[in-house]
Amino acid sequence: MNQPNGTSTNQDFEPKLIGFLCNWCSYRAADLAGISRIKYPPNMRIIRVMCSGRVDPTFVLEAFAQGADGVMVAGCHPGECHYIEQNYKTMRRFYMLRNMLVQMGLEPERFRLVWASAAEGQQLADAVSQMVEQVRQLGPLRWPANWQENGQRLHALQTIVKEHEETMEVPQ
Amino acid sequence: MAEKVGVYVCHCGSNIAGMVDVEEVARWAGQNLQDVVVARDYKFMCSSLGQAMIQEDIKKHGLTRVVVAACSPHLHEKTFRRACQNANLNPYLCQLTNIREHCSWVSTDRAKATVKAKAMVAAAVERVKKQQPLEAMYVQVNPATLVVGGGIAGLQATLELADAGYPVYLVERRPSIGGHMAQFDKTFPTLDCSACILTPKMSEVGQHQNVTMFTYSEIEEVSGSVGHFKVKIHKKARYVDEAKCTGCGICVEKCPRKVIDHDFESGLGYRKAIYTPFPQAVPRIPVIDTSSCIWFERQKCRACEKLCPTGAIAFDQKDEHIELEVGNIVIATGWELFDCRRLPQYGYGRLANVFTNMEFERMCNAAGPTGGKIVLRDGKTEPKSVAIIHCVGSRDVNSNEGCSAVCCMAALKFGHLVMEKTQAEVYSFYIDMRTNQKAYEEFYQRLLEEGMHFVRGRVAEVTDAARRPEEEGKLIVQVEDTLLGKQRRIPVDMVILMAALQPQPDAKDLGIKCGISCSMAGWYTERHPKLDPVATMTDGVFVAGVCQGPKDIPASVAQGAAAAARVMGMITKGTVMIEPVVASINEELCSGCRICNNLCPYNAIQYDEEKAVSRVIASMCKGCGTCVAACPAGAITGAHFTNDQILSEIRGALWDAQEASAPAPVEVSTSSKVVSAS
Repeated sequence: MNQPNGTSTNQDFEPKLIGFLCNWCSYRAADLAGISRIKYPPNMRIIRVMCSGRVDPTFVLEAFAQGADGVMVAGCHPGECHYIEQNYKTMRRFYMLRNMLVQMGLEPERFRLVWASAAEGQQLADAVSQMVEQVRQLGPLRWPANWQENGQRLHALQTIVKEHEETMEVPQ
Repeated sequence: MAEKVGVYVCHCGSNIAGMVDVEEVARWAGQNLQDVVVARDYKFMCSSLGQAMIQEDIKKHGLTRVVVAACSPHLHEKTFRRACQNANLNPYLCQLTNIREHCSWVSTDRAKATVKAKAMVAAAVERVKKQQPLEAMYVQVNPATLVVGGGIAGLQATLELADAGYPVYLVERRPSIGGHMAQFDKTFPTLDCSACILTPKMSEVGQHQNVTMFTYSEIEEVSGSVGHFKVKIHKKARYVDEAKCTGCGICVEKCPRKVIDHDFESGLGYRKAIYTPFPQAVPRIPVIDTSSCIWFERQKCRACEKLCPTGAIAFDQKDEHIELEVGNIVIATGWELFDCRRLPQYGYGRLANVFTNMEFERMCNAAGPTGGKIVLRDGKTEPKSVAIIHCVGSRDVNSNEGCSAVCCMAALKFGHLVMEKTQAEVYSFYIDMRTNQKAYEEFYQRLLEEGMHFVRGRVAEVTDAARRPEEEGKLIVQVEDTLLGKQRRIPVDMVILMAALQPQPDAKDLGIKCGISCSMAGWYTERHPKLDPVATMTDGVFVAGVCQGPKDIPASVAQGAAAAARVMGMITKGTVMIEPVVASINEELCSGCRICNNLCPYNAIQYDEEKAVSRVIASMCKGCGTCVAACPAGAITGAHFTNDQILSEIRGALWDAQEASAPAPVEVSTSSKVVSAS
């Protein structure tokens, strides 16, 4: 949806990523990357959740809406979840949400699921580096600005939010 | 009411200050972030002076929230929470943000790292304002402990706890306790007999008044949490009444069915269909193997039943399912041997005189199938030359990447035993000799002096295809001698493969039952690789011995004792704190759709048929938050990780993104926007 002016100037662009990391594996992988002094670009801001299963699709949408250029969800490897099997639920949600985001015009590279065990500091750092590069190539997302420019889309989104609010109302 | 937030940015010596402009971060936070009333930087926040500074500010400025920008919450969250608590601020109103591991240590550009640190501080400030005071829950610790695995690590843990006066349930899968150590002949480097040091411990456990043993049993299910685990044990039928059996052994003697013992004797010896794995077994109660017993095969025989003097044989015995309640669990499930057939170049299973290390242990053992004689597969010929091949299935990217830690020393022990018992020449083919424990290097020197030959190089192949007359009828070890720099073919009579130690095939299953994870290699993951080697990520579950990673007997014993000491600490304290990070359901909002019910792996969500709502049982909830994210009505709240808190954190983390692009038109109504100027 967004083809920023002149894709070749993207080298100067510093994408902002939000990373939702599970407390037990991926957050510790990021800790390990630090302890091992593995270097990766400072573009991802990490938000700790107890489990990748806690990542509500709303969080991802909010991150994009607040100006993030990419969102990473990272959890324990399948079969290694601290909460037994919750990362399988993350997986289901992830693909569903990504499909939806792609339908909204978002490049799939901007939303990524990564498995990193507590021992995989290097792998996590590599995944962040790779994603930063990919998003850098894509250019800024500018979702909030895009919405404002595109009246129709804004209207659609407002309608969705309104409908959602109505269904949330509690009959007293 | 506006919160009063204090922000504390740590230098961590130069660990953070070296890459992040900490003074600037503190100054910026104080000026630009809403509700921040005090922002400071300090050399070492975790020091007592740093903590005192925070506490003083809480009192002086009446701080209602504290943000510490320092290291990982896994390191110092408790420290700062305690500091806040001591200043009468609820510990859950303190937020730690990790600008060391996640920022300074991984960055190379000071300006960019400082921007990232600011974003992290902004995120923490926005989040902390939404945090709620929480009260930790305390539960009683049941003084009983479950030990899983009756090898040397498990036995040590059992004895330590039982001797201290606490009840222990010991569960062992095999018919007898003792583990792999019971199969060994000698132990390195002292060469004292394995059975002589192990069997006294086994009988002590067997007779201990505080120990309840469940042999031939496995863990079926574990529920509950630290302090009050509920464990279901599957006790397989022995077909022998344990109360009546005296262990006289007449049944074993009279049993007409003889089968190869693949388990204890590693396939070199025989056992009967009714058997105790070895003479010193504890308990000395035999087991009927239903796959080989004539009665189970074709309803005939029952010789054991006729001849048992106490009438203990019970063919109608059924499996039992026993439920136990314990406060803590020690897992010491050990290892299994690498299957050498996976490396066909070494010929195991194809070339008769290629043996595994466990086969050789049994062969050397005076109580073993050959009575301690070192002979070829024909059972009588003494070898004139023996090759010992190191690292079979370890230090190999195609099988196990890690080192098995014990094989170098075991190979030296084997070399010594071969030379002591036979006239054979012994060749050791190694990659690196690893003898890095007390008195191990000395043992290596001793073997060098005794005349064992050492060839440095990974063996390419073991073959019986002779090229030269002197190779006829021999096994030829083809190797590149990396010290000589040339290919060698060494003909020998016997080859011993030092097979790797591998995780138990069902280690992962047990891990899932107990809520602990395995490393990539399959060993259980400890809480901290250096500072907390026996605790796990799940409170109340400890690991000891090889199941945590390959190690020798002294290290396994040390871990067994360490795990017991940790358990004793919990029991002595009497209560344990449980993090109040749990989910709760607002019944007003719950529509009773039951989507959350099936998502919970701990069955912590119960459905109330009458009121048609779901309810979380707090003591069973582990706080993952998956149900919170799934609830279509938004009726579930995850304490300390609420939607409000995380959404605010996202907005804070993107403080500079909003400057770059216009603000989002559809704004969720919150007042917690970051101000761009003071």
